[in-house]
Amino acid sequence: MTALGALIRRDIRIALRVGGGALIGVLFFLTVVVLMPFAIGPDLALLARLGPAILWLGALLASLLTLDRLFTADHDDGSLDLIVMSRTPLELACAAKALAHWLAAGLPLVVATPVLGLLLNLDVGATAAVALTLFAGTPALTFIGMIGAGLAVTLHRGGLLLAVLVLPLSIPVLIFGVAASEAAIMESQSFGAPFSILCALSLFSLVVGPFAAAASLRHGLD
Amino acid sequence: MRLSGRDVGCVRGGREVFSGLHFKAASGEALAVIGPNGSGKTSLLRLIAGLLAPASGSISLEGGEGELTLSEQSHYLGHRDALKPALSVSENLRFWRGFLGGAPSNPAESLAVVELDHAAQLPAAYLSAGQRRRLSIARLLTVRRPIWLLDEPANALDASGQKLFAALMGDHLARGGVIIAATHTPLGITARTLRIGDAP
Repeated sequence: MTALGALIRRDIRIALRVGGGALIGVLFFLTVVVLMPFAIGPDLALLARLGPAILWLGALLASLLTLDRLFTADHDDGSLDLIVMSRTPLELACAAKALAHWLAAGLPLVVATPVLGLLLNLDVGATAAVALTLFAGTPALTFIGMIGAGLAVTLHRGGLLLAVLVLPLSIPVLIFGVAASEAAIMESQSFGAPFSILCALSLFSLVVGPFAAAASLRHGLD
Repeated sequence: MRLSGRDVGCVRGGREVFSGLHFKAASGEALAVIGPNGSGKTSLLRLIAGLLAPASGSISLEGGEGELTLSEQSHYLGHRDALKPALSVSENLRFWRGFLGGAPSNPAESLAVVELDHAAQLPAAYLSAGQRRRLSIARLLTVRRPIWLLDEPANALDASGQKLFAALMGDHLARGGVIIAATHTPLGITARTLRIGDAP
């Protein structure tokens, strides 16, 4: 446990320092969402209707943006060799790294959502619904993305490959995340069903992600 | 404890690097791996560390802690020094102490041994190559592992640093440790030689 705690603390500390990835994701999220009203125009009803989808798309792209450094940074400086050799199972180390990444880069997206909801003419209830679905769904994005990060670890400039590998896998998360937020806003559809599926996707990726990432890291050792 | 390799072969990128290599090292013994560039010295260390799979033959450890694998009982000091530039010297060391575990020890003492205690709060990004090497050596001292796998350990170290490291390796051997080092320069300790590739 101390080993995993040490790994999580270190990754969060690096992410929050200068040059770390935590702020980059949030800034990208801000940029994408802030630009949307200018592109779509001042139609408030349209903005409110597209709001959840825009926020979800922004969060998905922002989490992909920072994921490609998840393992490459450790690979490039040799830390990954020592992590593989250590007495901590690689699966648990992967899970710890993904958790640290979510705390440093995923959670700030959820925190930024209420501010951005204002720009998209979402009322308090709708903003809370989107924030809740992002809170439940962004772990799935991180843990699924981790698989791609593990596969692309030995490639330089693997960021684009990561996006191509991971985006198809994250489509279900996007569908049910947006569906649950819209259900909460419309109140005509059931919120429970899509939200439960979203939570199930997160839990599923929490289990599968670390094993798949560890397997691809072991395979890619050189 | 006795580390031995029988008929070990290594293939990298479809090319045979070496084959039919025999070696052994018991507690308190050092093995200096020498050979020209590209002869597979680093590959051999990574094979022993479990970071590469041998193409043929086997590497085994007798004795040692029964439940731990060879790589879990080894320290690997490679070309890449596993330091995070954003973290300070002591944060880097404390992380590896916490992550690698083992007997509790004081990172500050290890820093003092490698003469880096004055730079403990400095971000690792500002260290020189020799200082980075000294910090990596401090990791070997902070977390005890019986087997040290060293890849060009004297690289970038100044004369006093090389002398200091030779003394530390001597201590490690006296405690019953095993050292396998790939090197071009004399290690400064008594070591048997394992020659791979064509003799220079």
